[in-house]
Amino acid sequence: MSTATKELLENLNALAAGLFLLTAFGIVAMRQARGCLNLFIAQSLLLAASAALLGLRYHSGHLYAVALVNLISKPIIVPWLLHRTSPAEIYTRREIDQVLNIPAALLIALALAIGAYFVGTPLANAVGPEFRGPNVPIGIAVLLLGAFTLTVRREALSLLIGLLVMENGAFLAGISIARDLGMLVELAIATDGLVIVFIMGVLVRAVQKQAGTTAVGELASLKETATVPAAGEGLL
Amino acid sequence: MIARILFNLLQVAVVMIAAPLAAGVLARLKEMVQSKRGPSIFQPYRDLWKLFHKDEIVSEDSSWIFRFTPYLVFVTPIFVALLIPVLTSYPLFFAFMGDMLGAGFVLALGGFFAALAAVDTANPYGPIGASRTRMVGFLAEPVFMIVFFTVSFVAGSTIPYIVQQRWVTPFANFFAPSHVLLVLAFLMLILAEGGRIPVDNPSGHFELAMIDESKSLEYSGRGFALVKWGGQMKFFVLLCIFLNVLVTPWGLASEQTFGAVLLAIPTVLLKVFCFLLVLVVIESSLSKLRLFRIAEFLGAAFITSVAAMVSQVFLP
Repeated sequence: MSTATKELLENLNALAAGLFLLTAFGIVAMRQARGCLNLFIAQSLLLAASAALLGLRYHSGHLYAVALVNLISKPIIVPWLLHRTSPAEIYTRREIDQVLNIPAALLIALALAIGAYFVGTPLANAVGPEFRGPNVPIGIAVLLLGAFTLTVRREALSLLIGLLVMENGAFLAGISIARDLGMLVELAIATDGLVIVFIMGVLVRAVQKQAGTTAVGELASLKETATVPAAGEGLL
Repeated sequence: MIARILFNLLQVAVVMIAAPLAAGVLARLKEMVQSKRGPSIFQPYRDLWKLFHKDEIVSEDSSWIFRFTPYLVFVTPIFVALLIPVLTSYPLFFAFMGDMLGAGFVLALGGFFAALAAVDTANPYGPIGASRTRMVGFLAEPVFMIVFFTVSFVAGSTIPYIVQQRWVTPFANFFAPSHVLLVLAFLMLILAEGGRIPVDNPSGHFELAMIDESKSLEYSGRGFALVKWGGQMKFFVLLCIFLNVLVTPWGLASEQTFGAVLLAIPTVLLKVFCFLLVLVVIESSLSKLRLFRIAEFLGAAFITSVAAMVSQVFLP
């Protein structure tokens, strides 16, 4: 492989990672649940692209497998599972709640991303010269952004997406550090994610059935009244 | 030397002549998307011709700022056209008078006086538009800063002629995340600064919803023609910076002959046309944002530009 091709592949991988970071910011800022889900799909595709490009660059069959597993599980099965399990009402709602307003949330997310670079770059440099690249810092940044999404969202579905974003970030960092992770581990992680989505989807459905809404931010207090609650309220 | 000065003047002429055409083509394309026939692409020229032959009415209560502003708005894009690569990929006579930051300041000067003039006549709609433009302006400013700093960090220079070489040598640099993210951020800036649709509706005629247009409400005749032409040239100049420096630094004249420079004109116009197609898609598929959502749009642009900077600064 010529140097120019290597450089091109590295730059393309860096581009995929950069756009990956951008989608994480988008998920923090997005108002609609549908938009969040679409951005998550785009993010998973970029993750698969990054894995495939790294596989091409370092001739690693494992990374191709990771790309394939990611291509099937996250952009296809996860949305399908969510549509099956969680109520359709979430997608038709126009705006979903946030604790902070969007510019403030974006600024905090920006500070987190810059902080993640200060943590991630020395880490990537410590592992070895061949692991240098944008994957580790951006992966850690996206991990933090996913955690941030979890804290500021008040809607069950976007909380779930925040969790999946964290997983995506960890994966992006992982594929550049441990290129030969072992097929079993990769498959286990992929199915794990699906099981999480399934359980959370069912949980969201249960919450909606009990409380009539999926805006979990409003379900902050336990209702303990002396009177017997009317059917269908006060259980959560 | 003489040739370089001539080429520089030719650049200015191209900007002056092609800017109304770009506006006309854009208007026509938008109408075609809406299944209408639309005005001829030469309509802006006719409008300018008509306006230049009309009487000009200036309010007695207005100050010199109101009379001075049209000339300033008209001249500032011409100054910028001297500094940036419109047709050639090698620096011309005036190229080292100012860098991209200087060009930004010159354009901002025109905007500043346009806002002052809008307040000057005490027309109730003028100050509304002026204050809104300032709002968009100060939200766009940090994005401009970060974009320029990233450009100067990557290319080691803010002279646009040097910057454009950096993105394509070697070709792999074209796909560097800092480059692609910068292009995205700059595209959002062009939409905001040019008063295009997610931020402002350029074809709207409802005064209360206007942002950019309401600054020229009080102008008539020659003054209005100058303001209008200046606005079109400003947009064209921004497109030239975007296309020739950031996105597609190809198709410019690299030889110092008249033939090569003349040949660059159609390729540049073709690039502008391709960008206008993209712009029409953006404008036809999005709706205008509510005023306080503009902060979020430009916040997204800011995040994009900072992501570009971060991915460049911290890349090992």
